[in-house]
Amino acid sequence: MIIQILLSIFLIFAISRVVLQVKSARITWGSFLFWCGLFIFALFGVLDPRITTYVANILGIGRGADVVIYISIVLIFYMLFRLSIAIEDTRREISGLVRKIALRDDKKGIHKTTK
Amino acid sequence: MKKPLILIPAFNEAAKISSVIKSIQQTQNLNVDICVVDDGSTDQTYEIAEKSGVKVLRHILNRGLGAAIATGFEYAKNRNYGIVVTFDADGQHLASDIKRLINSLVDNKADVVIGSRLKNTMKMPILRNLINKLSNMATYLLFGVWTTDSQSGLRVFNRKALNLIKLRSERMEVSSEIFKEISRNKLKLVEEPIKPIYTKYSLNKGQKLSNASNVFWKLIINKFSSI
Repeated sequence: MIIQILLSIFLIFAISRVVLQVKSARITWGSFLFWCGLFIFALFGVLDPRITTYVANILGIGRGADVVIYISIVLIFYMLFRLSIAIEDTRREISGLVRKIALRDDKKGIHKTTK
Repeated sequence: MKKPLILIPAFNEAAKISSVIKSIQQTQNLNVDICVVDDGSTDQTYEIAEKSGVKVLRHILNRGLGAAIATGFEYAKNRNYGIVVTFDADGQHLASDIKRLINSLVDNKADVVIGSRLKNTMKMPILRNLINKLSNMATYLLFGVWTTDSQSGLRVFNRKALNLIKLRSERMEVSSEIFKEISRNKLKLVEEPIKPIYTKYSLNKGQKLSNASNVFWKLIINKFSSI
């Protein structure tokens, strides 16, 4: 089917991007394994939908496509949560930096109002 | 012994900061140092505060109430202050309450004294009261500490509390986080009634109900964050 070809091409492209990112050390090996694993599993699922049907039967869910959607939703919400935490951590780091600058400038007597 | 430090976090308070500082400076028998933390104001807050002859620290970016208080705490620790009082910059607090709260800290051998608006017989505006009650419930649910005024900005801390309290909240949720830190460090907490001054200006500046869910979410994130 056309959708299988299109999705397969996209997933192969995604896997290649993940490989490039780990080669240039922009992601950790842990992230590489996670994303590669996810995309490879998705690729197998796309090329042979019987895999998702098999998983669906084990989980007691009707269709393979439903399994994919349920798992995707759970994964997306978890990743959103992790992203929220990462954003808060970054915000905290920025505040730490702003604090250091404020206290350093105070020591150096910067920002004095000229009269 | 070093004088107590009055810490005033301020964001765009050019209209009020001078009168707030003056009210503290002109209070009889109140011998204190004052430090304003200008949290990236875009008006003349910094310049006006500096002209009042007090110490002013300046954030180059607006980071929020929590971040401003944390900067003030860092400054106080570096300068070996033994007592720090947080005081709102919007004119909601009475300078005359400061000495009584400091005395309460000393007399009760407390680590933290919170000025509670709800311990006063004066009525709080309904919406502000609702926000306060919701915040008190959230503080209790998340951190197991019950207080009559979790959002009070008038607080006194001794040196032990300053050293032990680690603030991670950036914005207004810091008010609840302080209670979490009090509980975590088993600090002795005392509440004293204070008389708030409600004006259109100060009510405009305070917590808003529309922000409640955001604050609650931030407090939940605080529990799980890594830094």
